[in-house]
Amino acid sequence: MATKSKKAAEAALNSYATGPDDRGFFGIFGGRFVAETLMPLILELERAYEAAKADPEFQRELDFLNLHYAGRPSPLYHAERMTAELGGAKIYFKREELNHTGSHKINNCLGQILLARRMGKKRIIAETGAGQHGVAVATVCAKYGMECEVYMGATDVERQAPNVARMTLLGAKLNPVTSGAGTLKDAMNEALRDWVTNVRDTYYLIGTAAGPHPYPAMVRDFQAIIGHETRKQMMEAEGRLPDTIVACIGGGSNAIGIFHPFLDDPGVAIYGVEAGGHGIDVENGHASSMTGGSPGVLHGNRTYLLQDSDGQILEGHSISAGLDYPGVGPEHSWLKTIGRVTYVPATDKEALDALQFCTRLEGIIPALESSHALALVKKLAPTLAKDNLLVVNISGRGDKDLATVAKHLGMKI
Amino acid sequence: MTKHVTRIDARFAALKKEKRPALVTFITAGDPDPETSAQVLAELVKAGADIIELGMPFSDPMADGPAIQASSQRALKAGQTMTKTLQLVRDFRASDTTTPIVLMGYYNPIYVYGNERFIKDAKAAGVDGLIVVDVPPEADDELCLPALAAGLNFIRLATPTTDKARLPAVLKNTSGFVYYVSITGITGAAAPVVNDVHSQVKAIKAETPLPVVVGFGVRTGAQARSISEGADGVVVGSAIVSIIEKSLGPKGEATDRTIKGVTELVRELRGALSAD
Repeated sequence: MATKSKKAAEAALNSYATGPDDRGFFGIFGGRFVAETLMPLILELERAYEAAKADPEFQRELDFLNLHYAGRPSPLYHAERMTAELGGAKIYFKREELNHTGSHKINNCLGQILLARRMGKKRIIAETGAGQHGVAVATVCAKYGMECEVYMGATDVERQAPNVARMTLLGAKLNPVTSGAGTLKDAMNEALRDWVTNVRDTYYLIGTAAGPHPYPAMVRDFQAIIGHETRKQMMEAEGRLPDTIVACIGGGSNAIGIFHPFLDDPGVAIYGVEAGGHGIDVENGHASSMTGGSPGVLHGNRTYLLQDSDGQILEGHSISAGLDYPGVGPEHSWLKTIGRVTYVPATDKEALDALQFCTRLEGIIPALESSHALALVKKLAPTLAKDNLLVVNISGRGDKDLATVAKHLGMKI
Repeated sequence: MTKHVTRIDARFAALKKEKRPALVTFITAGDPDPETSAQVLAELVKAGADIIELGMPFSDPMADGPAIQASSQRALKAGQTMTKTLQLVRDFRASDTTTPIVLMGYYNPIYVYGNERFIKDAKAAGVDGLIVVDVPPEADDELCLPALAAGLNFIRLATPTTDKARLPAVLKNTSGFVYYVSITGITGAAAPVVNDVHSQVKAIKAETPLPVVVGFGVRTGAQARSISEGADGVVVGSAIVSIIEKSLGPKGEATDRTIKGVTELVRELRGALSAD
């Protein structure tokens, strides 16, 4: 027994996958920086999540929903023409855009709605930027007949009309947020204000791997199914693990989901692609918190933030509303600091080019978010050997972005 | 840990002799502009404020309602920074060496300024205590313990969700006073239920010798008086910054109504708390 626990301790020391610690920290990042009113609630959430994780019945129910409701596993698809065109790495797409509701967001929502039900909560609140998470939340609330309120920046409500209609159709109450700049961070502030007011019956269903502990770890765990499936599917397709993994990063939930099961495989090179907007050198013109920001504390966790020298949060900019967030999940901040993952930006223009490139070569319209990952693939794949197995996470489908894309390309729809 | 006697401790000791609760007033530093803010600060004391809570403006005040959100935005727009906030305290101290000043706000502007540097500069400027909304007792080693060691009070919020099991952890490193948040909600929201507040304050006082001050949702003299029964003071914030907001001219500039409006309310509050 003693030897075994010593071994486990040694393994933990050499592992990138054991975080967070019991206070919710990944190195200096993460933690629980919330007002006292919310502390008892997130401690209760942590206990409830730990209990659910240990309950086989919870996992069985989630597996069932993933299979029959979300349509998992999502395929691992060999993008032959893109591979040939780029002339380097063998490119695979992890097809999260084929999930129910059109993105990876459903993975997390199914997990958290089961948890909310176990906790006896009646009312669900959420924040959303592009509306993908809002739609996924409204979907699971419709399925379980739960009251649902979504906070969305007024600016985003205007530019994401189709998702607004979907949420309304699904029965969610949409609350446009006009405070601050009326974007995702303000929606998150407003959701936190709702939670602090309605503490007894309300469950806050956070959409990304950020916020106070246990959210970053919990959302990661629910999204890690992406990486676990990729591992298995690549073993079946190629008989070995991939060499390279690429995903886009806003808050970073799709990325941590595909990265996490590979963190302890030293042969797997991992890249996260942030929103470079108009360019990293443009003041407040990008949303690359790690490449162009600095550590700070916002929305319950310490992480890299877009902020000025006085600690005031900047809005940031990205063509993709889903990446337009001034922070990033704390585990990414830690993975950046220790150097396990390489984080790079891709600009609006590069993402737009990559979207068209993918659409024409593969007949798959990726979301603008995922197109940032593809922008790196375009640059990276030609530099890699032909036997380098590269997986890029296609986190969502691009239908929601047609208006934005058409506008930038001067098309009329 | 060494016990420092701060201006806050001295003020509560004096109020105890006077047998009246403390009137704690909140304004945001730099709202609506640095000069007016300095004037308001001085006038608060003249009008009867016993303790000043000075908000350090932040772009994302998650625990605050619309009134204080807007005051933060006004201050930031007028160019307020942490350095200017500390300067405001320093200037105030040049003419007032007894009124306690508590800086209140969120962690990020402090963290980015640098915790050690902040504690040193705040102490040197004449700050007496800190309320940092999003640093819970679980993170005491980061800011609370160094602040206490430097002789600052670290004032913790207790809330209706702080249950009996958790209360000792909340009180453990609290000093100066305990700030009881009278509602589950944001600042300036619905008025608290007086009876609930009284029983909660009683429960907290049973666990600590520290003064207990009640805030969130207190707007009028009558309310302040009924809420403060059994407590050691009340905090009024949103009502004051709302008056500032309403007094502003078309371009958001201070007018002669700005200071007048604030002092009238503070006098009313003080009158209600002082009455027998």
